[in-house]
Amino acid sequence: MGSPMKIRAAIKDGRTEVKVLISHPMETGLRKDSEGKAVPAHYITEVVARHNERVVLSAIWGPAVSQNPFVQFQFAGGAPGDTVSVAWKDNQGDTRSDQLTLA
Amino acid sequence: MKSDFDLSAWPPPSLFSRRHFLRLGARLAGALALLPWVPGAAWAAALEAVFKERTVADVLKGLGDDIQSSDQITIVTPEIAENGAVVPVTVKSALPSTTEIYLVVEKNPNPLAAAFIIPDQTEPSISARVKVAQSSNLIAVVKADGKLYSATRETKVTLGGCGG
Repeated sequence: MGSPMKIRAAIKDGRTEVKVLISHPMETGLRKDSEGKAVPAHYITEVVARHNERVVLSAIWGPAVSQNPFVQFQFAGGAPGDTVSVAWKDNQGDTRSDQLTLA
Repeated sequence: MKSDFDLSAWPPPSLFSRRHFLRLGARLAGALALLPWVPGAAWAAALEAVFKERTVADVLKGLGDDIQSSDQITIVTPEIAENGAVVPVTVKSALPSTTEIYLVVEKNPNPLAAAFIIPDQTEPSISARVKVAQSSNLIAVVKADGKLYSATRETKVTLGGCGG
């Protein structure tokens, strides 16, 4: 399990704006450590965001997404009490899912 | 003679035995593992090869044959990014029925950086941060109404994004 994500969501004018900050090294596999050994690739490959059960964004990433990835998007709808959840999966089989309740 | 409908021997002792139950559970878990994790698993599988391409030409070819440039796509990114490891990018599409957004960094070792599926009720506007190895063109490819469009914007980096 990776570290917790930071998810922020705000309802405005019938839309919900979501900001996600994921904690992940996003190693490309091209970098070498101080001893000159290649650092193995370790990056998020898939991300899914849901509003309650409905998928509001899905993504496929490569290692060129920055370390500790940030994503921002907006979807129509969202009411206080609804949940917004985000899940990711990386190339080493690790996964993580976090959610928040809209205020 | 026992009737076929005689259920006195039902369930057979093996059916609900612990071992059988565990095996059933394992099989079920196996089946679940095969279910698409991301909606559009076929899409993900098809993209896997495109993520491995090494030139922009091959990436664009992998996404589709006919890509038209469009002024309806806005790319917001710093003209000069101080740190190539963290370059903020926003891609916004004004094209109706936008369903997919791709971020391509021309001079990265693997130019395709990220791909997003935009469902119906999600705004066709995504912000993210990508690594940019050296000053290079950023290309946003958008699928709208089944067709592909693109826009390009140059970004300069003073510190490369793929070093240490």
